Amino acid sequence: MRILLVDDETDYVETLAERLSFRGIEAQWASSGQEAMQYLETNQYDLAVLDVKMPKIGGIELKKQIQKKYPDMKFIYLTGHGSEDDYQKGVADSVHYLIKPVNIEKLVEMMKNAMEGR
Amino acid sequence: MSIVQYFKPAFLEHPSSENKIYRHAFNFRKIWKMTVIITAAVALIPLVSITAIDYNVTRTALESDILLRVGRVASNTKRSIDFFLAKHKSVLDFLVHDNTFDDLNSLTRLTNILNHLRSGFGGFVDIGIINSKGIQSVYVGDYQLEGKDYSTQPWFQKVVEKGMYISDVVLGFREKPHFVIAVKRVYPGKTFKSENVVEQENAVAQENAVAQENAVTSENIVEPENNFYVLRATIDTEHFNELLSNLELSGMGDAFIINREGTIQTPSRMHGDILTKTDIPVPDYSIHTEVREETDGKGNINMVGYAYIPDTDFILMIVKNKAELMKSWYSTRSILIIFLVVSITIILGVILSLTTYLVNNMYIADKKRAMAMHRIGYDNKMATIGRLAAGVAHEINNPLAVINEKAGLIKDMFTYQNKYEKDAKLIGLADSVISSVQRCGSITHRLLNFARHLEVCIQSVNIKNLIQDVLGFLGKEAEYRSIKIVVDIPDNLPEMMCDRGKMQQIFLNLVNNAFAAMSSGGTLKIEAKDKNEGKDGSRGKEKKNKGKEQDSEFCTITVSDTGCGIRPADLEMIFEPFYTTKSSQGGTGLGLSITYGLVNEAGGYIKVESEVGKGTRFMVTLPYKQKTGQEEKICEYS
Repeated sequence: MRILLVDDETDYVETLAERLSFRGIEAQWASSGQEAMQYLETNQYDLAVLDVKMPKIGGIELKKQIQKKYPDMKFIYLTGHGSEDDYQKGVADSVHYLIKPVNIEKLVEMMKNAMEGR
Repeated sequence: MSIVQYFKPAFLEHPSSENKIYRHAFNFRKIWKMTVIITAAVALIPLVSITAIDYNVTRTALESDILLRVGRVASNTKRSIDFFLAKHKSVLDFLVHDNTFDDLNSLTRLTNILNHLRSGFGGFVDIGIINSKGIQSVYVGDYQLEGKDYSTQPWFQKVVEKGMYISDVVLGFREKPHFVIAVKRVYPGKTFKSENVVEQENAVAQENAVAQENAVTSENIVEPENNFYVLRATIDTEHFNELLSNLELSGMGDAFIINREGTIQTPSRMHGDILTKTDIPVPDYSIHTEVREETDGKGNINMVGYAYIPDTDFILMIVKNKAELMKSWYSTRSILIIFLVVSITIILGVILSLTTYLVNNMYIADKKRAMAMHRIGYDNKMATIGRLAAGVAHEINNPLAVINEKAGLIKDMFTYQNKYEKDAKLIGLADSVISSVQRCGSITHRLLNFARHLEVCIQSVNIKNLIQDVLGFLGKEAEYRSIKIVVDIPDNLPEMMCDRGKMQQIFLNLVNNAFAAMSSGGTLKIEAKDKNEGKDGSRGKEKKNKGKEQDSEFCTITVSDTGCGIRPADLEMIFEPFYTTKSSQGGTGLGLSITYGLVNEAGGYIKVESEVGKGTRFMVTLPYKQKTGQEEKICEYS
């Protein structure tokens, strides 16, 4: 399972990647949309975890760009701005969705679910 | 509550909701007062003045008319009396000139004359010749008066002085009212001057008087006895009375003659018996006929027309009761006054009701405006708070996320690296950091939720979640005040399509009110149940929107507390804007009114039951599918 984490908060995304590695998930992280696109050109990923709110290219916009090139990729949104209702909306939208601060175990579970296409 | 209070419009008691600068423009009490006073003045002053002028003009016209009429009667009657007296006087004058003293001194001749007079004129009672010593030398009549000495009687003195005399009415020896006409005849050839001219005669009389006086004082022997004699005739007053009693006088009129002392000479209907003093004061002397108002002895005001009869002491009196004469005027006056009173009543009534209606409408409009302003202000405030809360929450969320991950990483390192595996304390510390972060996270989520729902949007809401959210804001307060909260909402309630923010506001207000009403240790109970039979509950204080419960299912949510309760009088007013019993504690009186407005807007209705000292129940009935009048916007995730 190859994961790409995108969040403008470098400190956050780096720590998240490190924590995932403890759980046996190797994740590449990027701190902006452009950086993410660069990684995507050289590597192949199954899943992208995107922060919704980022400078220049936001998570939703980024998802559209990536989907054009790599239609098979799965996505999970992260946001600091949201509620339980939004989470449900996210599901209804067939997009996985988590609110910061996230519970790492939930994230891992959601990644697995996303990979399995649920 | 008195009737006055019942009809008293609310604006008289309540000041404007406007703030100080414009308050003068919204002083409804003052506006009402000014309008009433000015319109009443403009309408009533001309009416009252016209009526007063008309009153006076009519009255003056009538009075002068009465004056004129009385005066005319008086002067006509005076002429008749004058004529009557002149006639009798002339006839005697003629007799003394036509006959010599010797002729008249004969009993037979005098008897003839009396008979002729009686048949020709009537009214002559007797006739006699009195010589210059005052002794009646010849007498023809019903009484034995021959040889009677009249020299001491005042009338004799007068006739000697003036040459002619008409006496007052007296009873005399006859005990029958009569008066005397006496004519003096000076022997021709002695002092010879025309006696027909009054002035000359007077002059002669004065001369004689002077001569007499001289004779007395100087004892000069100039015997006057042979100079003159007097023809005296007594006239029955009946003829005289007829003249007056035949007058037709309206208005309890009375015509009679008095002498200058006020003694009544001819019968009077109202003002005293004959030969007694009249109860009307003797009027001042005047050559002309005069009319004046006099008060008689009974206190009646009379119009008195009078005329002094020349050469006599007689005063003709025409007396009419003024009240009687003014009768027609009094009826006109009462019609005028009734008309005025009715007009004033109608005008005032119309002015009062119209002004009250208009000002009351202004007042209501002003209240609505102020309410709307307040709503806008309130909404703005909430929106500002919401934005602030959202900003803060969002800003905090990011560092929280970092802390969360860092702490998580520490924990992971302890967990996954054998080095610290056994150190339970370190892991515990990391756990407590993480759980604190979770708590902070839940707070920021709630704030974000709150802020998010300030915009109008219809979405599916779980009632239980909604109530839990509302209680979440107040949970801590409940804990501090040891208020027990019971929530009884079945899990299988359908979701409600509504504006979450507004629903939150409705229940936040109700729960806040319940908290304010309760002291420590109370119980707040929130129940929710399906209410398909919407019509049944439509009694009592509820205010509902008709027609909506027919096709949509309703849900009733009851918020009840065990607080102080609401007085029945307040209960009626509880949803009125600006009605507050907590003004001293800063209550605006808008909480429940806003709640009511929101419920109404959502197509539901709200009902309240309360018992003082026991508690209050608010029942909010809402449709599951709400239709807002505004553009419906289904909330979507953005």
